[in-house]
Amino acid sequence: MAQINQNQKHIVIIGNGISGITCARHIRKQDSDIRITIISGETEHFYSRTALMYIYMGHMKYHHTKPYEDHFWGKNRLNLVHDWVTEIDIDNKKLNLEQSPPIEYDLLVLALGSKYNTFGWEGKDLKGVQGLYNYQDLEDMEANTRNCQRAVIVGGGLIGIEMAEMLRSRHIPVTFLVREKEFWNNILPEDEARLVGRHIREHHIDLRLETVLDKIIDDGNGKVKAVITQSGEVIPCQFVGLGVGVSPNISLIQDTPIEVDRGILVDEYFATNIEGVYAIGDCVQYRNPPPSRPKVEQVWYTGRMHGETLAYNLTHKPVPYQPGPWFNSAKFLDIEYQTYGVVPCVWKHPLDSFYWEHPEGKICFRALYDGNSRQLKGVNSMGFRLRHEYFDVLLKRGGTIEEVISSLHEASFDQEFAEDHHQHILHAFESQTGIKLYPIKKKRKGLLALFGL
Amino acid sequence: MKNIQKLGLSLFFLALLIFNVILCLGTFQLTEERLEEIAKDEHLEVLRKELRPMFGVKYTNSFAFVYNFNNYLDGYNDLQKDEQNWDRVIWDDYTLAAARVSSDGFVANNRLVLLFMTLFMGSFGALIYILPLYRGEPKGIKHNGLMLSSNKRRGIIGITVGIYLILIYILLYWYPAYIVNWVLITDPISRKISGGPASQWFMYGVIYTLAILVMGIRMFRKYWGNRYQMLRTASVMFFQLSFAFLLPEILMLFNQPYHNFINIWPLDYTFFFDYRIDDMLSSGAIGMLMLISGILLIVIGVPLMTYFYGKRWYCSWVCGCGGLAETAGDPYRHLSDKSVKSWKIERWMVHSVLVFAVVMTAFTIVNYFTGYEWLGHSTDMLHEWYGFLIGAAFAGVVGVGFYPFMGNRVWCRYGCPLAAYLGIVQRFKSRFRITTNGGQCISCGNCSTYCEMGIDVRWYAQRGQNIVRASCVGCGVCSSVCPRGVLKLENGNEEGRISDMPIIIGNKSVTIKNQ
Ligand SMILES: Cc1cc2nc3c(=O)[nH]c(=O)nc-3n(C[C@H](O)[C@H](O)[C@H](O)COP(=O)(O)OP(=O)(O)OC[C@H]3O[C@@H](n4cnc5c(N)ncnc54)[C@H](O)[C@@H]3O)c2cc1C
Ligand code: SF4
Repeated sequence: MAQINQNQKHIVIIGNGISGITCARHIRKQDSDIRITIISGETEHFYSRTALMYIYMGHMKYHHTKPYEDHFWGKNRLNLVHDWVTEIDIDNKKLNLEQSPPIEYDLLVLALGSKYNTFGWEGKDLKGVQGLYNYQDLEDMEANTRNCQRAVIVGGGLIGIEMAEMLRSRHIPVTFLVREKEFWNNILPEDEARLVGRHIREHHIDLRLETVLDKIIDDGNGKVKAVITQSGEVIPCQFVGLGVGVSPNISLIQDTPIEVDRGILVDEYFATNIEGVYAIGDCVQYRNPPPSRPKVEQVWYTGRMHGETLAYNLTHKPVPYQPGPWFNSAKFLDIEYQTYGVVPCVWKHPLDSFYWEHPEGKICFRALYDGNSRQLKGVNSMGFRLRHEYFDVLLKRGGTIEEVISSLHEASFDQEFAEDHHQHILHAFESQTGIKLYPIKKKRKGLLALFGL
Repeated sequence: MKNIQKLGLSLFFLALLIFNVILCLGTFQLTEERLEEIAKDEHLEVLRKELRPMFGVKYTNSFAFVYNFNNYLDGYNDLQKDEQNWDRVIWDDYTLAAARVSSDGFVANNRLVLLFMTLFMGSFGALIYILPLYRGEPKGIKHNGLMLSSNKRRGIIGITVGIYLILIYILLYWYPAYIVNWVLITDPISRKISGGPASQWFMYGVIYTLAILVMGIRMFRKYWGNRYQMLRTASVMFFQLSFAFLLPEILMLFNQPYHNFINIWPLDYTFFFDYRIDDMLSSGAIGMLMLISGILLIVIGVPLMTYFYGKRWYCSWVCGCGGLAETAGDPYRHLSDKSVKSWKIERWMVHSVLVFAVVMTAFTIVNYFTGYEWLGHSTDMLHEWYGFLIGAAFAGVVGVGFYPFMGNRVWCRYGCPLAAYLGIVQRFKSRFRITTNGGQCISCGNCSTYCEMGIDVRWYAQRGQNIVRASCVGCGVCSSVCPRGVLKLENGNEEGRISDMPIIIGNKSVTIKNQ
């Protein structure tokens, strides 16, 4: 495993997303001399992809989504090249670019991200049919949804619901086609999925469950006119949003000796099969995935951790990638979702689950645990913020379900004065399991108690 | 938009139109008797002589009246100044008082009706526009389309609003005689509360309070279901209405000095001025209460409360300036500059103002107790400059007039000496912080965008660092708008509050410390 050494004076990173940028920043922190160049074709500066929806919805402008001020890059001597790489010349360690002169590298980091799936549907290339991944897609969406009478979203996942929310912010009627029995039911257990489904309908989104797209119809001028579902229903629309997942963006790699499968194949150190070439973020596929993780992980947090780890490895004695307990979050329209640990959509004995839902049906909490050892496996929450640190510590040391339920006030991360669910969850747990618990509360003493602290 | 809302907006704009038109209405006629009503004995002789040409002349608007009045008086004053007869110069400004007593005709005779057709109808119209807002929508963040709004994005409407506000403040502070008609229409309220006629400051107080109440109700609609936002909004509405507006008037009714208990030195920069001290010392028990409570607040109350809760207990729960910013200013909160450069400017400016205020006050107090032997009346000049530059130009004209240009907390961020003081306590000795939730931040930028104090919240959140900043007023909006539940305002142990080398949770392979 190569580290930065005297012969490797120029690190080139392709991709200025979270993984590439994190890697560059952390290398710079460790090594103030090495030359670092970041090439990206999408936007000149790093911006937050996760905030694309807010630009469309008018919550933010593009410049608000840039996590660092523009002078940051110069100050940290991170050389930015705004261009597309067209070819990687592995033998000569050289990159050819669309507009700029070729760039030579000593060490190459591929952080190419993903691209959205289109599958093989008839009509997928019509105007008005698109997914949402990059900034250009956002601009397309802006143009494609002007004068839109109805939009159809295909695919009940995170991007699908974001697109639905975006369109609703402009009062465009939306029909939302979901293949599963409930929204995102391949990830969420049924209760949570149903809760989100209700909320989707509350936002006047026409949610069609167990409905599969058959084809997209041309209006005669190369624009979408309607979609037809597999049951034969015709839904007229002027826009079709594809939210059927993303795949690693590996088109640039295809004709190189770098090994790929679904993504660029890397070992525990993010090294590809070619010496001096690494890959991180959405575009990678682990040869040996970390325990209980899939081969391809396409989320913000994993991209960040890849970047951190690779930067460390390039500047120190290498360590294998070893993520902590899984965590993730999302927001379904107005309902925030957080998860820590592992909560699959279905589980088998000896796993057991505790679920509580607020009577208003917009807040819930689930804990999955081992019915024998009582160890917590994971939690899901909707409309109820939980403290990452609490669960990180608890999951790592194998805390029990009873422990969590009795100290939920410590685990809560809701805003001050927010409704306190602890008592309700506690009672629900007691009546579901017959186990009597006593809430652990810190004793308040002296002057602080006087101030309610 | 629903029809009822259209009606509300129409009423509001009609009221606004009438409000502006009445400035050009009314007749003004100065007579000898009227002059006697307002002139001090020592000035009466001169004024009578100089203003004689105006007696009985009917002016059909305040502008002509004020123009002539000033002309005659300036002629006299200039002459005295030229001849260095400093003690003969009339330094008192009689313009507003003269315009008041001289007004008769339409506005003076229809005060109550006009009050209803302007301030009340405007508030009513605004309310029927506001109340149906977001009705039928689920609770949540209501920022759709905000960045496309001309009003909220420094568009034509925003610029117009800003210029209008600036003009109003200039008139209010330096040319109040021109807005004598606005003062007149608030007379009926003033007489009801304190028994006396309204001053321009009373008129300002009425509008200010109405703005906070009406726009506070807008906050309730916007943040329906978010208890933190609703509670603190209710709190500023309450403090403005009771402590800042009604209580001082009631004190006046009982012949006590005008005193706003929640306006704390050095924001209330005149607190230690000789006339205020004299007033308080000569007003018996209540005066002593004012003096002692004021001093206790500064010395013990402010640091103690800030230690426990952060400066938010004052800035976004009690303060009147904060109250207006959090309600009427809320639509402009995202316009604050988030750059590191503006942060630097902010620190220099706000602390300079604090130093200025402290030094001025120290001189004043020493001077007072040495019986003016030390500096004579030269502190008066300091007061005048501070009042002009900071009290009026900064806090008023820029502080509110710049809402649509630089966000709703320009004054609080760059100018308020009390905020600077609270900020120092908050930064160095407090239990308050904004905790970030481990590794959950997706760097989306909502928090930074909607921070009214221009704090780049995301900078901290994405590196897992608690936010401990002197300027944070604890409005809680970053936490409310964060789509991933990353931010929580908390009072807690001082230990671990400030982490210079935070660790982002989630990666077991390496422990990433962010320097
Ligand atoms: C709308 C949306 C919402 C999301 N929301 C969330 C969320 O809430 N939470 C979450 O965890 N994840 C979310 N994700 C996923 C998350 O954004 C990605 O996992 C993450 O951005 C991947 O980062 P990356 O650095 O691997 O790649 P990217 O951010 O995709 O960066 C890759 C960069 O490589 C550049 N590039 C590629 N090929 C070339 C070339 N040939 N030449 C030059 N440059 C090239 C591109 O310009 C691109 O900028 C969301 C994704 C989308 C699209
Ligand atoms: S709003 Fe929340 S997720 Fe977005 S940048 Fe701020 S802290 Fe991070």
